[in-house]
Amino acid sequence: MAETRKELLLRSIFRRNPIALLVLGICSALAVTGQMSTAFVMSICVILVTAFSNLTISIVRFQIPNTVRIGIQIMVIATLVIIVDQVLKAFFFELSKQLSIFVGLIITNCIIMGRAEGFAMSNPPIASFIDGIGNGLGYGFILMSVAFVRELFGSGSLFGFEILKLTTNGGWYVANGMLVLPASGFFLIALIIWILRSVDPAQQEKS
Amino acid sequence: MHYVDIIFRAIFIENLPLSFFLGMCTFLAISKQVKPALGLGLAVLVLTAITVPLNNLVLGYLLKPGALSWLGQPDVDLTFLGLLIYIGMIAAVVQILEMVLDRFVPTLYNTLGIFLPLLTVNCAILGASLFMVERDYSFAESAAYGFGAGAGFLLAVVALAGIREKCEYANPPGGLRGLGMTFITAGLMALSFMGLAGMGG
Repeated sequence: MAETRKELLLRSIFRRNPIALLVLGICSALAVTGQMSTAFVMSICVILVTAFSNLTISIVRFQIPNTVRIGIQIMVIATLVIIVDQVLKAFFFELSKQLSIFVGLIITNCIIMGRAEGFAMSNPPIASFIDGIGNGLGYGFILMSVAFVRELFGSGSLFGFEILKLTTNGGWYVANGMLVLPASGFFLIALIIWILRSVDPAQQEKS
Repeated sequence: MHYVDIIFRAIFIENLPLSFFLGMCTFLAISKQVKPALGLGLAVLVLTAITVPLNNLVLGYLLKPGALSWLGQPDVDLTFLGLLIYIGMIAAVVQILEMVLDRFVPTLYNTLGIFLPLLTVNCAILGASLFMVERDYSFAESAAYGFGAGAGFLLAVVALAGIREKCEYANPPGGLRGLGMTFITAGLMALSFMGLAGMGG
């Protein structure tokens, strides 16, 4: 193996971040970032699904006929997502209501398909599993950073605990209403991309 | 009026890419020029208009608790299989549509063909079906919603492509070039779409 396992895990977080560099899985990245708690749960779900779908597909990769591989990958992913969805509904009903359809949409999250197709189909199970965790973490990293800014400055709290006392509750902080709106997610991700690409100019696009 | 209202809401107020961020991957990837964006938008419109009502039928006659009573199984509740069935349905419709278009309308196939396989795993298509389930639409309502959701995507992607064509001549800082600029453009569009929020009932 060319890369050690640690590199495999870490490279997806900064150097080859699935969201910032490869433009994958942005759909859900923006929608669930209004609060830390939803972003956190979403990250955990995606890490689990990516890791286990990578593991499963890598184990059976020699048995999958090439012509129907996309279909099989979707079935593996959909089954895992159904399990996650049912667990959330059973034990964290409130959170699953807040996430509404976005748990289901993990199926069409391109990060998972992309890793299954691009990595798990041609690598051994353990390496694929670690790659899955790494990509899930890279996704979670962006999700949590965006949610941190949006919840802290948009509603003055983190994980629902009040950090900055709002003027509406007799405090001093005037909430930035724009950060509660979905549009702010676009701007924040643009800023993160800008920072990541300024630190590592090799990622910049040619003009 | 009720149906017009659903279509209107789906296009302007609850626009899939701009207020729910669905279908972002294709939305950002295929919006460099207006012509391919138009093809993509049309493909999404056709697909949501077909799959949303279809999934509504599947939900009503196969999955809901008690839906299987016509088979003499009134106690079966298959809703947990929903996700798997919807995505399977979408994949099947994509495949059939591709073959039908290729056989009977080759000109249309040349425009939409390349986008169809891509759309199997597009969040906008699955998302439209899931919203239909969550909101408990009837068959007619879901047909209206499917059409509206697709039309909203078409509008947004063509508009973004138009803006990006103009942005070609701008000279942003290196780190923002390409993807970063597109995000900011889409964010500004999302903000302006919010101005339409008051139009719905």
